[in-house]
Amino acid sequence: MEIDPFIFRFSIFILAIFVGYYVVWSVTPSLHTPLMSVTNAISSVIIVGAIIAALAGSSENIFEISSIFGFLAIVLAAVNIFGGFLVTQRMLQMYKKKKKNK
Amino acid sequence: MISANLSAIFYLVSGILFILALRGLSSPETSRQGNLFGILGMIIAITVTFLTVGNFSTSTIYVFIFLLVGGAIGAFIAFKIPMTAMPELVAGFHSLVGLAAVFVAISAFKNPEAFNLGIPGDIKLASLIEMSIGAAVGAITFSGSIIAFLKLRGIMSGSPITFPGQHIVNLLIGISIFVLIYFLCSSQSESFFWSMIAISFLIGVLLIIPIGGADMPVVISMLNSYSGWAAAGIGFTLENTALIITGALVGSSGAILSYIMCKGMNRSFFSVILGGFGGDASVSKDKKKDQKPVKSGNAEDAAFLLKNASSVIIVPGYGMAVAQAQHALREMVDTLKKNDIKVSYAVHPVAGRMPGHMNVLLAEANVPYDEVFELDDINNDFANTDVAFVIGANDVTNPVAKTDPQSPIFGMPVLDVEKCKSVLFVKRSLSPGYAGVDNELFYRENTMMLFADAKKMTEDIVKNI
Repeated sequence: MEIDPFIFRFSIFILAIFVGYYVVWSVTPSLHTPLMSVTNAISSVIIVGAIIAALAGSSENIFEISSIFGFLAIVLAAVNIFGGFLVTQRMLQMYKKKKKNK
Repeated sequence: MISANLSAIFYLVSGILFILALRGLSSPETSRQGNLFGILGMIIAITVTFLTVGNFSTSTIYVFIFLLVGGAIGAFIAFKIPMTAMPELVAGFHSLVGLAAVFVAISAFKNPEAFNLGIPGDIKLASLIEMSIGAAVGAITFSGSIIAFLKLRGIMSGSPITFPGQHIVNLLIGISIFVLIYFLCSSQSESFFWSMIAISFLIGVLLIIPIGGADMPVVISMLNSYSGWAAAGIGFTLENTALIITGALVGSSGAILSYIMCKGMNRSFFSVILGGFGGDASVSKDKKKDQKPVKSGNAEDAAFLLKNASSVIIVPGYGMAVAQAQHALREMVDTLKKNDIKVSYAVHPVAGRMPGHMNVLLAEANVPYDEVFELDDINNDFANTDVAFVIGANDVTNPVAKTDPQSPIFGMPVLDVEKCKSVLFVKRSLSPGYAGVDNELFYRENTMMLFADAKKMTEDIVKNI
């Protein structure tokens, strides 16, 4: 009996939920805002789907309906990736210890 | 062109880098490195995708152009956005993730061959279910986040919008999404796909409009969670490990934050979702009947009290963010410190409009993070402190939460501000907070109200010290 590959992916999914659970509980409450912005940035890894869709257009017509949606999704996800990581970086730069030793 | 197995390994690597990115946030020391791991993970995922498709044509150039256009917009926003606008920004970003998920699902539906999901009209059943879930959750995330964004930005009123039979309507619409997915799977008909997406957009709006301004920290965390589940749904469709891992991480992260926020308000998750709590401080009508005496003071009185104190705890709240008073506040604290007064900050979990909102603002004003304490760590110190300086916070200091079982905020963990020798309360008026509850603290013997804009008052105090 073959195991459906879906089950493997599902296992990864469930295990990742547990990893996420423990990792996020260890995040210090003062960094909850950067946590939100960085999770935002990484969830934009959905861009991989957008790239596949955008590149799938045939060479005569690179703007088929499905690739147009792919291109649109690329723009949205790219806003998020750059915006999310940069704003997180900007916030994290501000967290400093006692100011005297700066 | 690299093999599917190799690219799967690389996607796994980027998934692990994302885990490390979140792990880094356990302390400010490691957080910057964590963010770099996140960026590295993203670069790997994108590069591998290009190599896997391996079909470099004119489309590739367009992909780069669109990538750079989006990236430039994102970078511009990231550098320009003021820290006080962070809740809106995060809500806005959530909406983009949601919409991107919808678009990817549409592409997959229109051109399933590109993703090895079958041919149009005969898409694999599992893939169809996965992409429908991804699209539906993505659409809900999108429209819900737009509403949250409008409410946070003040374009839309923060008061809950309710109508009779709301929950029944929402429930029916919710069920109809599942029914549409069922018909979509049995008929493969495009019209079911589009109607399912349209209804999901609608339910996103309906879910968020009844939720009041005070519950925004929960909403924003919840939408964070949704954006994760949407990504995971698409991840299953694309059979992509990086996306599945990330979706699960983000989903559970948002869920935990929602839980922490609900606990900070002593509200159950469901009562928040069902909404109708807290407006624009409008419930004050019947409270006016018994005018209790209030001691009010000016900047000079406040400066006198502060100068003669040996320890001060600052309690910031949303009002500080609105007045942009964080820099003035830090100046005041610097002056106090020069006079050898011990100053620390007490941050309530739900102070502000999103998790950790106050911490970011204080960090922006160069307040060292080791002077900022969480509720549980500082609450016992109020009893040995001379002055509590409450700036822009209200409900989170209300002693009623501990004493009056009738109060809607009873049982909510609050900062024991009243245990200080004296309390300075900067506020524009005596109006109740977002929960619509009168703050008993205003009428206490040891409380002095400072009626003014938070920023102006703080600046005046600095002049008078």
